[in-house]
Amino acid sequence: MTLDLSLVPDGGIAWADASGPESHIVLSSRIRLARNLQGMPFTLRADAGEQEVVLEHAVAAARQTRDLADGTVLRVDGLDRGERQLLHERHLISRELAGLDQGGAVRPGAALVLHGDLGLMVNEEDHLRLQSFRSGFALPEAYTAIDRLDTGLGEHLAFAFHPEFGYLTSCPTNAGTGLRASVLIHLPGLVLTKEIAKVLQGLAQVGLTFRGLYGEGSEVVGNFFQLSNQTTLGKTEEDLLDQLGKIVRQVIEYEEEARRVLRRDAPVLIEDKIWRAYGLLRHARLLSFEEAMNLLSGVRLGVGLNLITDVGVYTLNKLMIFTQPAHLAHHAGRALTDPDLPALRAGFVRRLLEDEARPRAGGAPEAT
Amino acid sequence: MQCDQCGERPAAIHLTQIVNNAVTQAHLCETCAAEKGIQTSASVAKFPLSDFLASLGKGSGKVDEGAATAEPCSFCGATLTDFRETGRLGCSHCYVSFEAHVRDLLRRLHGSTQHVGEVYLPPGGRADQPGNRLGALRDQLRRAVEAENFELAAELRDRIKVLE
Repeated sequence: MTLDLSLVPDGGIAWADASGPESHIVLSSRIRLARNLQGMPFTLRADAGEQEVVLEHAVAAARQTRDLADGTVLRVDGLDRGERQLLHERHLISRELAGLDQGGAVRPGAALVLHGDLGLMVNEEDHLRLQSFRSGFALPEAYTAIDRLDTGLGEHLAFAFHPEFGYLTSCPTNAGTGLRASVLIHLPGLVLTKEIAKVLQGLAQVGLTFRGLYGEGSEVVGNFFQLSNQTTLGKTEEDLLDQLGKIVRQVIEYEEEARRVLRRDAPVLIEDKIWRAYGLLRHARLLSFEEAMNLLSGVRLGVGLNLITDVGVYTLNKLMIFTQPAHLAHHAGRALTDPDLPALRAGFVRRLLEDEARPRAGGAPEAT
Repeated sequence: MQCDQCGERPAAIHLTQIVNNAVTQAHLCETCAAEKGIQTSASVAKFPLSDFLASLGKGSGKVDEGAATAEPCSFCGATLTDFRETGRLGCSHCYVSFEAHVRDLLRRLHGSTQHVGEVYLPPGGRADQPGNRLGALRDQLRRAVEAENFELAAELRDRIKVLE
């Protein structure tokens, strides 16, 4: 099977359109719920036949919900590695479901059901991983949507639930609510002022944790941090979201303060950093993904500080997504290992900046 | 600074809690913090889940003995050793098969074992009717007493009283 993303109206990246609240600092908010079916071994202990049965049930139930009735079903186990990596780069499937882990293979029955800003991963570590994505800082909206999908699916499937332990999950770190909420946040000010370590240490004290750009086990790239709840049991869904929301609000304030300090104490240095980044992106002929991400971080800071006014946040988000290796390779019809990717990346960045640079203040893109 | 709890070991974890807008501070040693189910990013980084599981019960002969003699899960056949190696349970029945171990672990991971979030009712289930809810709670109470989890038992008894 070949991946045909035209089946997904917005390519599954509406979450990156910079239309949400605080989108100059928060790229996206996402929530996932882990659910398993009663009377079936968890995915890692299930055989191929059982995984196929889980998929059948999941798709049939999804078809009966209001939210996924018209969803696109992508059989991840029928895609090649580049296509699976592309879905992962788009943050639509986990590394595990994509079978990208070292020595990892894609699991029979691994699938994604996707419609708008809601997704359902099937045969992940848990039978079902419901996902809700939103642009900007919008946890309550993301939860309202996923809660409705959860209720809809739970009416047609019998979930494994225990009165004391709550929803039962393959890994006990997810038991209880099965809820992991996360916010992808850009914190260059805190990194440059070296305040970031303090902020990250503080997270652990309030039951939160941070991860890199691609979630669990990934590295921090381009000053993007994923902040999320660490515990899932013993608190209500509302309390978990409320606490994460409050702390993210505080981190946004710290970041804004750090940016004020930078402009006050080192204005020339910071402007130089920003304009150098912009200059390199507009003129470089070879760019590695990591370099591109770091330069984009500088330009994003420049847009946030209103120094760069001819680039919108949406353009920067698109650059972040489409310059990832599998996206570039897919776009150019090349292999993931193609040595020309750095040149293709630099060309793509130059063209998009040329096309989308516009003579008006930066910020949210124009509505279309 | 000595640990507030045991007063013996040096305090390594300084916990600031905000409850109803009142700030309280506690200074605990690593051992007492772990007993209270408090986990720091440092302790998480030091002990990935499987290592953490493997280390479980090392200081307590009771749990270790349980691991060696525990029966495999009657539904999926997974053993406690499988769980310790992979950090993943085999099926939802494993939560019952290895209940004491799982409860102990959940308390350490989350600081609690009692789900207080949304209550799920399977299709056609009538668990929302007071009679069924009471039955489930009494069942839990019995298990809590058996597991000598008296804190939970007291909480359950209160909830049963309200329903009765």
